[in-house]
Amino acid sequence: MSKELIRLSNVTMAFDGETVLDDLNLYFNDKEFLTLLGPSGCGKTTTLRIIGGFLVPTSGDVYFDGVRINDVPPYKRKVNTVFQKYALFPHMDVYENVAFGLRIPKEEDGGGTDGSKKKKIRLSNQEIDERVQEMLGVVSLKGFEHRSVSSLSGGQQQRVAIARALVNRPKVLLLDEPLGALDMRLRKDMQQELKRIQQQLEITFIYVTHDQEEALAMSDTVVVMNEGRIQQIGTPEDIYNEPKNAFVADFIGESNIVDGIMREDRVVEIFGRKFSCVDAGFAPDEPVDVVIRPEDVDIVDLKSGALTGTVTSVTFKGMHYDIIVDFKGFKWLIETTDFCPVGARIGIKIDPDGFHIMKKSQYSGMYGDYSSYSAEYDEIGDAEYVEGEEEAPEAEE
Amino acid sequence: MKTRAFAYPYLAWMTLFVIAPIILVVVYAFSAAGGGFTFSNFSGIAAYSAVFLRSFALAGIATAACLLLGYPLAYVLSKEKPRLQRVLVMLIMLPMWMNFLLRTYALMTILENTGLLNKFLALLGLPQLNIINTPGAVVIGMVYNYLPFMVLPIYSVIVKLDRSLIEAAQDLGASPDRCFTRVVFPLSLPGILSGITMVFVPAVSTFVISQLLGGGKSMMLGDLIEMEFLGTSYNPHLGSAIALVMMIVVVICMRLMNKFGSGEEQAVIL
Repeated sequence: MSKELIRLSNVTMAFDGETVLDDLNLYFNDKEFLTLLGPSGCGKTTTLRIIGGFLVPTSGDVYFDGVRINDVPPYKRKVNTVFQKYALFPHMDVYENVAFGLRIPKEEDGGGTDGSKKKKIRLSNQEIDERVQEMLGVVSLKGFEHRSVSSLSGGQQQRVAIARALVNRPKVLLLDEPLGALDMRLRKDMQQELKRIQQQLEITFIYVTHDQEEALAMSDTVVVMNEGRIQQIGTPEDIYNEPKNAFVADFIGESNIVDGIMREDRVVEIFGRKFSCVDAGFAPDEPVDVVIRPEDVDIVDLKSGALTGTVTSVTFKGMHYDIIVDFKGFKWLIETTDFCPVGARIGIKIDPDGFHIMKKSQYSGMYGDYSSYSAEYDEIGDAEYVEGEEEAPEAEE
Repeated sequence: MKTRAFAYPYLAWMTLFVIAPIILVVVYAFSAAGGGFTFSNFSGIAAYSAVFLRSFALAGIATAACLLLGYPLAYVLSKEKPRLQRVLVMLIMLPMWMNFLLRTYALMTILENTGLLNKFLALLGLPQLNIINTPGAVVIGMVYNYLPFMVLPIYSVIVKLDRSLIEAAQDLGASPDRCFTRVVFPLSLPGILSGITMVFVPAVSTFVISQLLGGGKSMMLGDLIEMEFLGTSYNPHLGSAIALVMMIVVVICMRLMNKFGSGEEQAVIL
């Protein structure tokens, strides 16, 4: 499809003997919106800083357009970064911040590698003005030229940072959790805004976030990372529908993950009962992890239920209820539009395509149990919780 | 607010030892020896215009030297490992823990014609230097004594500079040189301004340094004022007038300098 622009080849990064990136192999296509997704400490920001040139990998190589750039300093790379806390120059106004990169004389491109004949090109003031104005238009900040950056709101500062990076017409824009400091509504707006800018300017975006919703909403490709390794690469749909292991299944969306045994192709056994599923290609009687998404479980009456359990908690979420159901000591999260009171006995039914079978991995047994639901809910909430506007009220009856 | 009461002791102190003396100086400056209002003290100052010029010139040179020595030092210092930084900052402050007079005497024995410096030069077979009792010696004395006051404010501003701003500049294509001139230096201006203030103001009014190292040949304002109050030509009215004029000139200098900074980036004076 599109051509490869950046390649990380066997990149390992260690700080004081502690491995942060472990033999990473990853390539980035031209004009792609790629998101590095993972919990804090997973190595995603380190990966971004290696591409930006702020870190030199302990071992391994970085290629840009086929050229090894390990030793190329940041100021000579054709990538620009939007920093987490914007890093706008406080002693310059909006205009000068955006014009910063344009005022730097550039060495003439091409003409081989003959260092002696490099001519410095300086943009004229008129050219600079045109490009600054154009970019302020792209980020909807016209009229803010001479405001001081400290007088701007978080969202406006964010857009100045984006304009300042994009005005240099980089081939790749690196974004390090750029929406982390914004409140929920502004974040949703900026997500669409960023996606629009990316498509309008046809630039590769490499986006770092720990927010799975953000990653799914914006990306062409999502790279899920944990503990310095890539867990899965794929389209948002792939990552959500076909998670490779328990970590990915748990990190992307809500998942019930139970131990199962693949009795034969398209038959899986959980809780001692056989269910038909759509997965095949496992060894007979192979132990597996079974993912069941909360929205794939249907609540039916006790008699026709394949499994029966007791409702232990109910949370009203607006569009639906989140209920926790106890099946023989294992607690499931189920999304339902039918109200089931706490203590009710219910039956459930799962369609064959509601099961997703994964091979056992190092993460087996670590995720997917909702026994400590409230604690886990808080943890998930933390990543998105900004000003309480998105928090659903507790069901009060 | 009850907590305001905590500021009262200082307020009393300031009234007694800062505001009252300034009022006294003003009163003395505008009164004749026998009492009564007069401007004659100020016309008497004209005779000392050479002292004024010398004081501001020497203090200016010393301040510039402190800046040229101090800024690179502060900059390099801020790049070192935190542990080394602490040790080096302590070494810079160390001389300040010793008595000012003692330090100046020590410098005297170094700079003397038969002092350590010349002995050392002789050892190397180099020509002797006649530094003591010249304006140059006064400048050296000022730089030696006031350098920490330049280094520390600049260092504390640079060390707190947001690393990501430097990375942002590099990211946008700025070479290390350009990054320094366009980002690091402009953002360290507040430190430079307070460093200049903290060196220039005491330097312009110093009197011991010029007496000990300048050999009385390069009299400065501090010496002149001391002479009018304690010395042979006792005239506190003239001394007050000189002190007042010096104060005003210093304030004007600082205000002019603050034009280089904007907003919060101003030096401590006014």
